[in-house]
Amino acid sequence: MNSNVVTLSINGKEVSGRDDETILELALENGIQIPRLCYLEGLSIVGACRLCMVEVLGAKGLIAACATRITEGMVVQTDSERLAEYRRSILEMLFAEGFHVCSVCVANGHCELQTQAAHAGIDHIDLPYLYPRRKVDASHRLFGLDANRCILCTRCVRVCSEIEGARTWSVSGRGIEAHIISDFATPWGESTTCTSCGKCVQVCPTGALFMKGASTAELEKRTDFLSWITAMREQR
Amino acid sequence: MLSDELKRITGHELEERQPLKHRLHVCMGTGCISAGSDRVKTALETELRVMNLDGTYAVTTGGCRGLCAAGPLVAIDGDTNIAQRVTTENVPELVQRMTDLPDSLRLPTEMPFFRNQKKVVLEYSGNLDPNRIDDYITAGGYTALNHALTEMTPAQTVDEIMRSGLRGRGGAGYPTGLKWQTVAKAHGERKFVICNGDEGDPGAFMDRSVMEDYPFKVLEGVTIAGYAIGAQQGYLYVRAEYPLAVKRLKSAIRQAEKIGLLGSNIGGTPFSFNIDVRLGAGAFVCGEETALIASIEGKRGHPRPRPPYPAARGLWGCPTLINNVETFSSIAPIIRQGADWFAGIGTEKSKGTKVFALSGRVNYTGLIEVPMGTTLREIVFEIGGGIPDGRQFKAIQTGGPSGGCIPAEFLDTPVDYESLAALGSIMGSGGMIVMDDTSCMVDVARYFMEFCKTESCGKCAPCRIGTAQMHDLLTIITAGQATLEDLERLEKLCDMVRSTSLCGLGQSAPNPVISTLRYFRHEYVSHIVDHHCPAGVCSALSQPQEAAE
Repeated sequence: MNSNVVTLSINGKEVSGRDDETILELALENGIQIPRLCYLEGLSIVGACRLCMVEVLGAKGLIAACATRITEGMVVQTDSERLAEYRRSILEMLFAEGFHVCSVCVANGHCELQTQAAHAGIDHIDLPYLYPRRKVDASHRLFGLDANRCILCTRCVRVCSEIEGARTWSVSGRGIEAHIISDFATPWGESTTCTSCGKCVQVCPTGALFMKGASTAELEKRTDFLSWITAMREQR
Repeated sequence: MLSDELKRITGHELEERQPLKHRLHVCMGTGCISAGSDRVKTALETELRVMNLDGTYAVTTGGCRGLCAAGPLVAIDGDTNIAQRVTTENVPELVQRMTDLPDSLRLPTEMPFFRNQKKVVLEYSGNLDPNRIDDYITAGGYTALNHALTEMTPAQTVDEIMRSGLRGRGGAGYPTGLKWQTVAKAHGERKFVICNGDEGDPGAFMDRSVMEDYPFKVLEGVTIAGYAIGAQQGYLYVRAEYPLAVKRLKSAIRQAEKIGLLGSNIGGTPFSFNIDVRLGAGAFVCGEETALIASIEGKRGHPRPRPPYPAARGLWGCPTLINNVETFSSIAPIIRQGADWFAGIGTEKSKGTKVFALSGRVNYTGLIEVPMGTTLREIVFEIGGGIPDGRQFKAIQTGGPSGGCIPAEFLDTPVDYESLAALGSIMGSGGMIVMDDTSCMVDVARYFMEFCKTESCGKCAPCRIGTAQMHDLLTIITAGQATLEDLERLEKLCDMVRSTSLCGLGQSAPNPVISTLRYFRHEYVSHIVDHHCPAGVCSALSQPQEAAE
């Protein structure tokens, strides 16, 4: 498909890009960071975490930067007091939704939720904790799933279906009851589709998916393999 | 030719009716069936057979007449002679005094409930047998399709809808003609038409009734849309909780196919169009267009960010037109009677009529259709007959879980898209719940939030967690355990969820809270500060302050 080059402004800075790029992609190219959790380069866009909401001049409401393509003359503001407050609020809600106790988590220090919270200046949670009763699945030989740390970004679902092609993970249930399942809600260890490739563990932004044997704060995750795979596929 | 075929069917049908002295339409809508109308119909047939009258009297399945409160209804020959609350016991009396009904049976059809309505979508007001295409054709059905196919180009058809000023009846009120034009102009070899029959608001049953009573009219509207935008395939997305509507629509599709009103070369023209039914599996969010499309594609019914809008990339990536059942049912009358006629009804910006499901604390509950611009007062106190048991009107809830509560001081507001939005509610799909002074507004807000919490799909964080948090806060307010800080927290959450949610469900979920806070803030404060529920609904606080002390 042909694409045109367009010029627009992000945070007052004039930038240009192809019109098939999203606001988030162009911002990152130009060294402008926008908070995000469900977005991961190389995976499809879902626009679910709503952290990357930005203000666009003339738009009816806020716009998800990851899911919106740039247009000529667009005036984008990625930071404002209002946006900062909404982002803090969404992050607080994510903390209050599950059990996020950093001090005993394998991902402590390498957790994207923790990093975003630190950036947003969150030092306490104002909302009541929901204390859900969620399961831990340790049936897999190499990996584990602690659903209490899951923020439903669905990166694991997407990487498994789009990159590995196994489609082991999917979402079950609605609303606050929604959760990740492997196969037809069978234990991960008994999954007949899982190839044990571990991509889901690597892309998980929190400690929800983890490698067995890793202790508190030991689990560093790598997501850079995704861009290599995507690049190789596009070349072919 | 199509028009000859329609004339032939009409002629045949009228010939069949020739020897009949009277036709009895027994309402077979879901409301009347639950009141026993199916048993009444059998009893009527038996009675007529016993009295040897079955050759001159016909008992037919009729549609809903709106006044569900007085069902089962049996109409004799038309709209003026109707028997109400018919049971198997009073069937003999009904047959004996058919043309001169006793007062105990006679429905006063001159009452404002009937007099003040204007029927466009419900134009045959229950006088058609929804199971027979011949009945619909005899009443003038399919002349609109014939007219469009033989005398109008697709562009002229779009223009006609555009000029009529019709706006989407699903709730948001997007101009229908503009939507049609966008899809008609979109590039794509394949295009689709989808009829959204996933009605799910609590207290709303307009679309159910339209699909049950006028399935052919829905098909005709969808087919005309297919012609106008250049689609070959249409889908009716109907929730599985409406089995009667599904049954009648499926039967209607078969009958229309049989006489060439669906399928290849409709009426001998080059236009080919098919319609299939798809069932919703009970998720409210599938009424949202992108989630609905995902559901038809066989995926989990999750919304996705827009743009791209379905008009550009919809079902299987093709340009797709999605309109609501009521919108499609307005199409045939517009083509038949012209855009100017339709644009002459209603207000400057909201044209035509709107069907409402009137329920709650009002004397006459049921289905009504009024011109846009009718005031809420007329609807509640004239058509609805006022509040029962001498109680006080408190508020009217419009737009279901996406709408708001409008208090008594705004009763003279005309019903149109802009006026209701200005009051912090929405037109919505047409649910209207009347509340009197026995309703606690905090409890009402809690009820709708519980609905949104249960129906949130869970995809985006603000809606998934926000509705749960707001529901918890409303629950502790109704339990008298909240503080004023909690109220502040609730208001902040409302603003955040409204501004950041992915789809319409989340963006409008705070509306019932925001609107009750706007007009009934004192009730919230009373629950929190005085630990008192003014309406006496919240059981934890039902004792008045003085008595408790």
